[in-house]
Amino acid sequence: MTNSLITNPLRKMMKRLVLRWLLYLLLCTFALYYMMPLFVMITTSLKNLEEIRTGSLMSLPREITMAAWSTAWSSACTGIQCEGLRPYFWNSVLLAVPAVLISTIIGAINGYVVAQWRFKLSNILFALMLFGCFIPFQVVLLPMARVLGMTGLAGSISGLIFVHVIYGIGFTTLFFRNYYVTIPAELVKAAKVDGASFWRIFFSIFLPLSLPIIVVTVIWQFTQIWNDFLFGVSFSQAGTQPITVALNNIVNSTTGVKEYNVDMAAAIIAALPTLLVYIVAGKYFIRGLTAGSVKG
Amino acid sequence: MMEWMEKQMPKLVLAPSFAASLIFVYGFIGWTAWVSLTKSKLLPRYDIVGPIQYQRLFDSPRWDVALSNLFVFGFLFIVISMLLGLVLAILLDQKIRTEGIIRTIYLYPMALSLIVTGTAWKWILNPGLGFEAMVQSWGWDSFTFGWLVDPDMAIYTVVIAGVWQASGFVMALFLAGLRSVDQEIIKAAQVDGIPTWRIYSSIILPSMAAVFLSAFIVLAHLAIKSFDLVIALTGGGPGYATDLPATYMYTMAFSRGDIGQAASSAMVMMMVVFAIVVPYLYSELRARND
Amino acid sequence: MKFKTLFAASVAFAVAGTSLAHAEPQAEVLHWWTSGGEARSVAVLQKEFASRGGKWTDMPVAGGGGDAAMTALRARVLAGNAPTAVQLKGPAIQEWYEEGVLANISSVAKAQGWADVLPASIAGHMKCEGKWCAAPVNVHRIDWIWANAAVLAKNGISMPTSWDEFNAAAAKLQAAGITPLAHGGQAWQDATVFEAVALGIGGPKFFQKAFVELDQATLKSNTMVKVFDQMRIMRGFVDNNFSGRDWNLATAMVMNGEAAFQIMGDWAKGEFLAAGKRPGIDFLCASTPGDGFLYNVDSFAMFAVDGSDKTDGQLLLAELIVGKNFQKVFNMNKGSIPARVDVALDDFDPCAHTSAQDMATSNAGGSLLPSYAHGMALRGAQAGAITDVVTAHFNSDMSSADAVEMLATAVTNSM
Repeated sequence: MTNSLITNPLRKMMKRLVLRWLLYLLLCTFALYYMMPLFVMITTSLKNLEEIRTGSLMSLPREITMAAWSTAWSSACTGIQCEGLRPYFWNSVLLAVPAVLISTIIGAINGYVVAQWRFKLSNILFALMLFGCFIPFQVVLLPMARVLGMTGLAGSISGLIFVHVIYGIGFTTLFFRNYYVTIPAELVKAAKVDGASFWRIFFSIFLPLSLPIIVVTVIWQFTQIWNDFLFGVSFSQAGTQPITVALNNIVNSTTGVKEYNVDMAAAIIAALPTLLVYIVAGKYFIRGLTAGSVKG
Repeated sequence: MMEWMEKQMPKLVLAPSFAASLIFVYGFIGWTAWVSLTKSKLLPRYDIVGPIQYQRLFDSPRWDVALSNLFVFGFLFIVISMLLGLVLAILLDQKIRTEGIIRTIYLYPMALSLIVTGTAWKWILNPGLGFEAMVQSWGWDSFTFGWLVDPDMAIYTVVIAGVWQASGFVMALFLAGLRSVDQEIIKAAQVDGIPTWRIYSSIILPSMAAVFLSAFIVLAHLAIKSFDLVIALTGGGPGYATDLPATYMYTMAFSRGDIGQAASSAMVMMMVVFAIVVPYLYSELRARND
Repeated sequence: MKFKTLFAASVAFAVAGTSLAHAEPQAEVLHWWTSGGEARSVAVLQKEFASRGGKWTDMPVAGGGGDAAMTALRARVLAGNAPTAVQLKGPAIQEWYEEGVLANISSVAKAQGWADVLPASIAGHMKCEGKWCAAPVNVHRIDWIWANAAVLAKNGISMPTSWDEFNAAAAKLQAAGITPLAHGGQAWQDATVFEAVALGIGGPKFFQKAFVELDQATLKSNTMVKVFDQMRIMRGFVDNNFSGRDWNLATAMVMNGEAAFQIMGDWAKGEFLAAGKRPGIDFLCASTPGDGFLYNVDSFAMFAVDGSDKTDGQLLLAELIVGKNFQKVFNMNKGSIPARVDVALDDFDPCAHTSAQDMATSNAGGSLLPSYAHGMALRGAQAGAITDVVTAHFNSDMSSADAVEMLATAVTNSM
């Protein structure tokens, strides 16, 4: 009798310990799956061509060289110019930042309406808008080209911003709507009784609570817009091409020696802003969540 | 006047987005439908000739492969990403010390462009260069993993790379959903002695319906859009074994100057999507109205 | 006296003024020559253009043998701001002409006497309903077979002159542990091997009837079955990891002795030369077994644009493209031969000399044929349909009879 009294809590503790270790093991195994391609990319970008040709894929570089990185940034050939990714970086920034901001704001307001100000057709309208998320971009390419030509926006960054905002609204509305739907309707009713207007309620109640979903939305939109190639190549011209077009030119050239190390370095450079957004926004994501519950 | 505006404000606010949707989504779908009934080749033509493009489509063996691939890939990709995302979210919800780092590791694949992650996966999955070669070099000589070069199995490699890219984001969505469940209810259940797994299955998961919706839509969107992934990983090959409707449509429209054919394949693809997504949306949004 | 000087001065001023008002020639050029070597060659054109006062705006879009570039082109044309010059070849030029978006550059063609320096079949590709609309850059030969000299010598093999000889040599190499045929499993590479085999087994007239005229009887003939039979045999000569491999990696396999042969167009020669290999000593070049010459001509098509600066730019560009200097420099780097027949080939390598001689002979004998695999013989839809069948057959265990059936149906379906 006494034996089991002593060993029971001990057994429980051991069980918890074993489960904890299992948990960490599982998490680490998955982490390996996720890290593997990045590992290959980084190690390849640090090797020289000789080593890539003769060595194995997963091995660490024997001699670390950053030459591929400086080539990718400033001297890789993307056509006749051999100026690397640098000239195109700013185009992508000018494109992505306004497009993300505008589509997020519109999504927030739309989500607010659909979640809390339902009127007779609001759900149907929402569903119709949502369907826009499924339209493959190849389908809209040609008619959109015609529209952009007619409005004089063809080949400009504003035209690209316009296109990305239009096709981002479905998603941003969805994200905000799903979030705002969890805010109790009583809050809105009480505020209306107090005489607050549509916009007042939005700015003083909903917006302050929105940080986590703003983070999620910004992550999604920034990724989609920064990494987009199809719209970028079709609706830009020399001088307004985003970084994905340049990356494609570096990586997908069909003849000549493939400089895999430069390709990998270029891909990582092109991905740095999105990676940065993920790392920085990830922190606020957590902070926003622990900053307090919505109830009360 | 001001009162009328205030009353109609929700409708006024939603109107521009809806109008944009009407023109740029439905209008363009209409345009595509029109073109799918013409003999458009290099550039669109607008004189209707009838359903010949659809006849050609269904006579094409390559389209059969593409469509069946969409179902196989779409189903596996969505289901596995959701499961993996959910499992990882639940694991991460257990108050892990290094949660921030692990979460970032799971999330970052979405940040990278598929133009190059596709190439990295192509190397890893290549029998002679990547995983198989590495395991064999460890002494395990009979290990084979040649899915990438096998016409019957290649589509599953697309699933592997696709899940790698998307499941982290789905995990983040689920984690946010898990954490927004009312802590009081959970504490009450724990005090009542209900086991953790039961708390998850009976209390937490059912309250995350909206998150499941978002996750499904994100994944379905990615599955349909899956173009860069296929092109970078397999180029549609071996042969055309990993062709998807999106790559079929792109090839017809832009490599083969056969826009009428591309339009008909797009319409069929959208009808398939419509048939799957609309019932789901309907049931979800109807439930919400109560 | 003063009056006269004043008058002369003002006239001079007026003349100078008008020539200043004349804008410099402009050209926005869409192309996919983005890799180091090609880009340098195109840069030569840009420098010449600049030295004649022109302003070149580069619009490079790499990938897929031009797929992404064609996407961008369509969007630009529909939006109403087509690029000035576009890298286009074969029937695609005439297809775009039918949409009414190409310009007429006959003026510079006549002034420079293009009709006298270009072979008739090549000139034909550059004309749209009798008017010149494109400028040719080079002539690639597709039906080459490349080999590692040392590997062949070691195994007592010489360059095959018939497909049976090739099969025998390959069997010998396989027994010795060497991959007979280095191949990259991408659809266009499968098609390249296929058309070389088809030309070799069926002969020039068969090729013309099957892949240029799309004659159904020829497509379903016994000869076509034999072609697919040989493709099935070739499938047994490639290594297990060929799927998805890039063509230049296959060339590398030949260079380092891992494989013996590669069937590829003459841009492979560019790879060999860039790696410092010597023709005839380190690597061997020969036409694939059989008669005939399959050509691929790269060219720039001029699109209809507004503004005299752009039209001037087109005319200047066209003149420079067919100019002797660019023809020589570009082709020496790329592995092809000039489209112009009056460029001296002294500085070119022996394989290029062979190519030029063969081109002249086949031109005279009526066996100078456009390549189907590289978009010279057929429009995109038909060529693509044929390639689909070829690659499906190569990557499965489909029988030759089934493949021939599928081929005939696919061609009909693609019209």
